[in-house]
Amino acid sequence: MIELTINGSTSRTDIAADTPLLWYLRDELGLTGTRFGCGAGLCGCCTVHVNGAATRSCSITLGDLNGASITTIEHLSAQGLHPLQQAWIELDVPQCGYCQSGQIMQAAALLADKRHPTDTDIDESMAGNICRCGTYVRIRAAIKLAAGIRNGRSVGKLGVEP
Amino acid sequence: MTADISIDVSLTRRAFAFGISAATGGLVLGPGGSVVCAAENRPAGLPEITVWVVIEPDDTTIIRVARSEMGQGNFTTLPMLVAEELECDWKLVRPEYVDAHDNLARDHAWGDMVTAASLSIRASQAYLRKAGAQAREMLISEAAARWGVPASHCAARDSTVTHAASGRSLRYGALAEAASQRAVPANIVLKRPEEWRLIGQSVKRLDTIDKSLGRPIYASDVRLPGMLYAAVSACPHLGGRLVSFDASKVEAMPGVRHVVPVAGTAVAVLATSWWQAKKALDALPITWDPGAGKGLSNATIRATFAEGLAASDVAIGHKIGDVDGALAKAARIVEANYEVPYLAHATMEPQTCVAQVTAEGVEIWAPTQNGEGTLRSVAQALGVDPAKVVVHKHHLGGGFGRRGLAQDWARLAALIANAVPGPPIKMVWSRQEDIQHDYYRPMVLARLVAGLDVQGNLTSWKTRLCGSSILAGLSKSRMKNGQDIEMMNAFLEEDMAYRVPHFEVGYAMRNLSIPVGFWRGVNHTQNGFFRESFIDELAHAQGQDPYQFRRALLAEGPRSLAVLDEVARRADWGRAPAGIFQGIALVECYNSVTAQVVEISVAASGEVKVHRVVCAIDAGYIVNPGIVEAQMQSAVAFGLGAALNGQMTLEDGHVQESNFHDYQILRINEVPKVETYLVSSGDRYSAEWGGVGEPGTPPLAPALCNAIFAATGQRIRSLPIANHPLKPRP
Repeated sequence: MIELTINGSTSRTDIAADTPLLWYLRDELGLTGTRFGCGAGLCGCCTVHVNGAATRSCSITLGDLNGASITTIEHLSAQGLHPLQQAWIELDVPQCGYCQSGQIMQAAALLADKRHPTDTDIDESMAGNICRCGTYVRIRAAIKLAAGIRNGRSVGKLGVEP
Repeated sequence: MTADISIDVSLTRRAFAFGISAATGGLVLGPGGSVVCAAENRPAGLPEITVWVVIEPDDTTIIRVARSEMGQGNFTTLPMLVAEELECDWKLVRPEYVDAHDNLARDHAWGDMVTAASLSIRASQAYLRKAGAQAREMLISEAAARWGVPASHCAARDSTVTHAASGRSLRYGALAEAASQRAVPANIVLKRPEEWRLIGQSVKRLDTIDKSLGRPIYASDVRLPGMLYAAVSACPHLGGRLVSFDASKVEAMPGVRHVVPVAGTAVAVLATSWWQAKKALDALPITWDPGAGKGLSNATIRATFAEGLAASDVAIGHKIGDVDGALAKAARIVEANYEVPYLAHATMEPQTCVAQVTAEGVEIWAPTQNGEGTLRSVAQALGVDPAKVVVHKHHLGGGFGRRGLAQDWARLAALIANAVPGPPIKMVWSRQEDIQHDYYRPMVLARLVAGLDVQGNLTSWKTRLCGSSILAGLSKSRMKNGQDIEMMNAFLEEDMAYRVPHFEVGYAMRNLSIPVGFWRGVNHTQNGFFRESFIDELAHAQGQDPYQFRRALLAEGPRSLAVLDEVARRADWGRAPAGIFQGIALVECYNSVTAQVVEISVAASGEVKVHRVVCAIDAGYIVNPGIVEAQMQSAVAFGLGAALNGQMTLEDGHVQESNFHDYQILRINEVPKVETYLVSSGDRYSAEWGGVGEPGTPPLAPALCNAIFAATGQRIRSLPIANHPLKPRP
């Protein structure tokens, strides 16, 4: 029996310990906002928070997570839209949208760690998250916008680059 | 744009009722259910005001969308076309898919569902605007009748009909039901472009909230009672077949329910979760026969195509004058051979489809670029009456041409479900399966020969192309006399504005068992690379500036010339800072013209850094400039990743690349600054409506390689760039 906290609720399961967290979330719990992209930790689509850290849920098994606390995209807005989600909506970031849950979860971990990320911080943190639609220019702008919202400052005039 | 980020969650989607409910202080996600609801999921009884528009009593305005949303913005721009004429309050608009079976059952009331060739707007703008205008006139007529005044004395705006003389007004919601009973007016005068108030505005996309909150909008997210999950393995040798497998080795594994062969070429394992199915598939002993794939490698394919470049069995796509005679008389000959590799689409959502076969019929939940194509393909694969097939459309986790004509994934899912009738089956391909079983952008070889006179004028240009035909595999009806003329796009009369006195392009078709298909920009991607790189070679051979050399060839192409001039002006062509090198390219496709200037530097290590891409595009009338800008950013990233690293490596017809470590997609740290400038010919040359989704991709590779030549003196004649060690000029 493995016990986890998922989005604030306790979850117990006896399914195989080698099951990747991704498939437990999607197929057992119906938390389909976390998406499958590569199955090998190469694209970041399936990013969730494990004890606050951005983690590829396709590449970590339930057996390694006993007692862990997991947050998925579905819970990021539990207390109202996360500043990143507000920024994503403000700047119309998504195109096909499939990778965006992972992008937002990765960026949320970045902002939790660095209140004012530089471009280099963004590159280092976000380079593991592929967007096939190439929304990167707006992802970068939205992270910066969210950093402003997060700190309660007026963010003033904002345009999408260029 | 101001940073007003308050969001009224009550406006996010009318489909809240189907899985999401608003709660104080935020959103609470309810159980299951897709939020992209088709008509059947709406409360029954609401009447249509033309087939495209349904208005609820609270004025909520549902606008149907027949084509697919795959990131390019159709769920926003197509409703904008209707709403412009409908004169509804845009804040009240809710887009809703038309499902394929409804379109079939109602004699194609919603027209064509194809979402390809960057045609959604230009192919449907006329009837969508007309439908909006018709609905508006019906609402006005109803209000006028109630007031006993002439309809011509009433006006509609912001979902309200008003009669100025008496000061009366009625909301659309109060008029809709009765208006729907009125005759649909036949004679409609559409607004003139200068009267547009919505078209041309960067209004926000209508699918962003769903996509930012992880809501279940994709076919991958569908969950149905009793559903089984399928992992599949098709013969890894393209053109090969399944010989045997030993199901007894995996049948007892946890969750496994069925192991089934499919169509003699694949095996599917069905289990109660996808992970269980995949684990069992990986443990399943399977024997494959490489079949037609045997012996197919990049080297053998290259040899086959190289032979084709010199062969006489060519289709001629465009011919002016006497090219051979002119070449024989030329003062100077410039010639070069070029090559591009096969490329996979690699949509972020791997190929996926949910299918259920019961005694009543077939039900499909699909990410499709062509809803009716999916319906027909499934009906044909299973030999059932199309009227017995239901296809639910979902947003695509990327399309780029992969989910259009081929429909191989839909047939496969349907065949699996047919083998195990009863439960719904969710088929999800692994990333490896997706990369190794694509309909690839064709590998193509080119030979280009040009002749110049003593003054340095380009007098003759002969092009030979060889590769496998896309249409031969996917759309024979589009071939002409058995030939695929589209393989010569970018060299044809309609899509090459340069005029050369003696010109000829020919294509030698060599079809293999490697499936080829439509990849963002299609044949313009390889031919644009050949054409625009070679033009650069010609300019340098004459010691001329590549921009000015192109200008001289565009005397008969004012639309292309305007775009080329705009990109050069915006990029400050020829005045790059020290250490930065520029390349330029121009491609005409999908009734749009796009030019790009790419700015790079090359490190001593040979590493290329792309700093800025300046795009100028004439796509005629622009519906949503913000979405055009996003598509240019997207197309640049798509083209750049491919130019730098994209290639498939074949051994016995088996693609060796398997995931994102060896088929690399552009990442955020590699993306340049992208600037987009709109050149509008919409009101200057003719009533042009051009495509936007694809035209930004073809110019990228040649502009980049032309910049590399400027920086290094090295001419890249085969892609990807990663295969060529680079050195900056000393």
